[in-house]
Amino acid sequence: MSAAWTIDGVREALGSKKISARELASDFYKRIAERNQDLNAYLTLSGERAYAQADRIDRLVAAGQPLPPLAGVPIAIKDVISTRGVRTTCGSKILGNYIPPYDATAVERLEAAGAVILGKTNCDEFAMGSSTENSAYGPTRNPESTDRVPGGSSGGSAAAVAAGLAVASLGTDTGGSIRQPGSFCGIPAMMGSYGRVSRYGLIAFASSLDRIGPFATRTRDVAAVMGVIAGRDTNDSTSTTAPVPDYQAAMEKPVKGLRIGIPKEYFGAGMDDGVRKKIEAGIEVLKKLGCELREIHMAHTDYAIATYYIIATAEASSNLARYDGVRYGLRVEGDSLLAMYRKTRGAGFGAEVKRRIVLGTYVLSAGYYDAYYLKGQKVRALIAQDFRDAFSKVDVIVTPTSPVPPFLLGERTSDPLQMYLADIYTVTGSLAGVPGISVPCGKISGRLPVGLQIFGPAFGEAKVLQLAHAFEQAGGASV
Amino acid sequence: MKISREDVEKVAELANLDLSEAELEMYRTQLDEILEYIGKLNELDTTGVEPMAQVLADDQSADATLREDHTVRCDVAAEILAEAPDREGPYFRAPKVIER
Repeated sequence: MSAAWTIDGVREALGSKKISARELASDFYKRIAERNQDLNAYLTLSGERAYAQADRIDRLVAAGQPLPPLAGVPIAIKDVISTRGVRTTCGSKILGNYIPPYDATAVERLEAAGAVILGKTNCDEFAMGSSTENSAYGPTRNPESTDRVPGGSSGGSAAAVAAGLAVASLGTDTGGSIRQPGSFCGIPAMMGSYGRVSRYGLIAFASSLDRIGPFATRTRDVAAVMGVIAGRDTNDSTSTTAPVPDYQAAMEKPVKGLRIGIPKEYFGAGMDDGVRKKIEAGIEVLKKLGCELREIHMAHTDYAIATYYIIATAEASSNLARYDGVRYGLRVEGDSLLAMYRKTRGAGFGAEVKRRIVLGTYVLSAGYYDAYYLKGQKVRALIAQDFRDAFSKVDVIVTPTSPVPPFLLGERTSDPLQMYLADIYTVTGSLAGVPGISVPCGKISGRLPVGLQIFGPAFGEAKVLQLAHAFEQAGGASV
Repeated sequence: MKISREDVEKVAELANLDLSEAELEMYRTQLDEILEYIGKLNELDTTGVEPMAQVLADDQSADATLREDHTVRCDVAAEILAEAPDREGPYFRAPKVIER
């Protein structure tokens, strides 16, 4: 079977009985068996659950019943998203054998829409990282170039789709963890507005930043998955009642005359030359589409990484306090309750998670709270204001997704600050709460993918998808 | 600004985190470097700026979307307890906190 399945392709093949949902799932598992040893994209396979769902879809087909929107579509789920009865590790030893007693709302909605959940994908431990090298279960490799990282933290979800081991997948984005691996693996990847997709069942890293979103091989499929998982959920009070438009329909609108802001601050020092050339070529494509390009200023961009690493680590230090060896996960015995906590956490967390807990605890501690955490929240407000000001003048903002192309495994692990700086163009939108997508924008030397990032105003997902789709249709992926 | 070893030890204690000698030294150096970088926020005058503690505007946030408070059965107690490293009956077991 071809690796290039799309959601429409699956639907057509099932409807015309060219293949059954069970056969399709089985084909994907065969491919996974062949490639996963090299890529390490999947940590856990959920065959029993997948085949049970596939059989339900096949019964619908046999009975001539209408098929739900994602009927039979094989989907992978990042291992920080809870799946009932299926091991969910967060890429951590501390949750090595954890089996969630419930499904995340996004997973539940995917299955209700007919999707077949193939398994759980590798990621940086608790989604903390930009390369998937911080997983306790070994790094994932970039299918485009296996000596390189797939990006992170949702590296397994990106690699699985890029390698044809799933038609779509879910990742999570806190500072760029969907968009950057999408860019590195050469596929579209989207983070909706904060509040657009329920976080219920997403194992928390930084609650004011965490978002669930899709990867697929084309924008149309990203839109289809987004349409299924978006919308109000009473189990997440930060999920909003804003109506969910028909993204696939909205996406087809012409982009002529769309006002695109190009922020100067995203093209400064530290940007790889190859990336710059591809993004400039991508911007030419947008011009040819008849979009109106405007240079804009987003004055606080340069402060985003510092702000992000205060807020994200502060929230992480609080969220990760729950891993104490009492209710779930690892326990290392100690002489007292406190000793048990300390040993459990010391042994169960990896180096990056500990680093962030230490930093987050420090910025929240007495005497430093105002200087760091409160200051960070104020600068966050300024960054969000930059976006609101920009969107009073333009419809969308276009930037590179990452300043660098996929790097070599091990190239950046020794210097955490350098690794953090790789998120420089993505954390801004995370802090502001706006939606963003990364779409393929050529490959350097024909093998190192570059991503073009599109931001829209809060709840402006349709506009973001519309431009991404037009860019893709105009050949943006092969500039 | 200089982070001392004692600073890291204190933070590790607050976070209930056992750190090895090597980790203490590594995090001391790295924390120093990261905090120095973060210090660039002081270039910005934020007088009068309202801190952004949540993302959603008032009309989109929890107040606007709070659900009715009513009981829903979930029946997952057994599954939840099955995840506990140590348990007894319907309870999680933890090392003794109070000395007799």
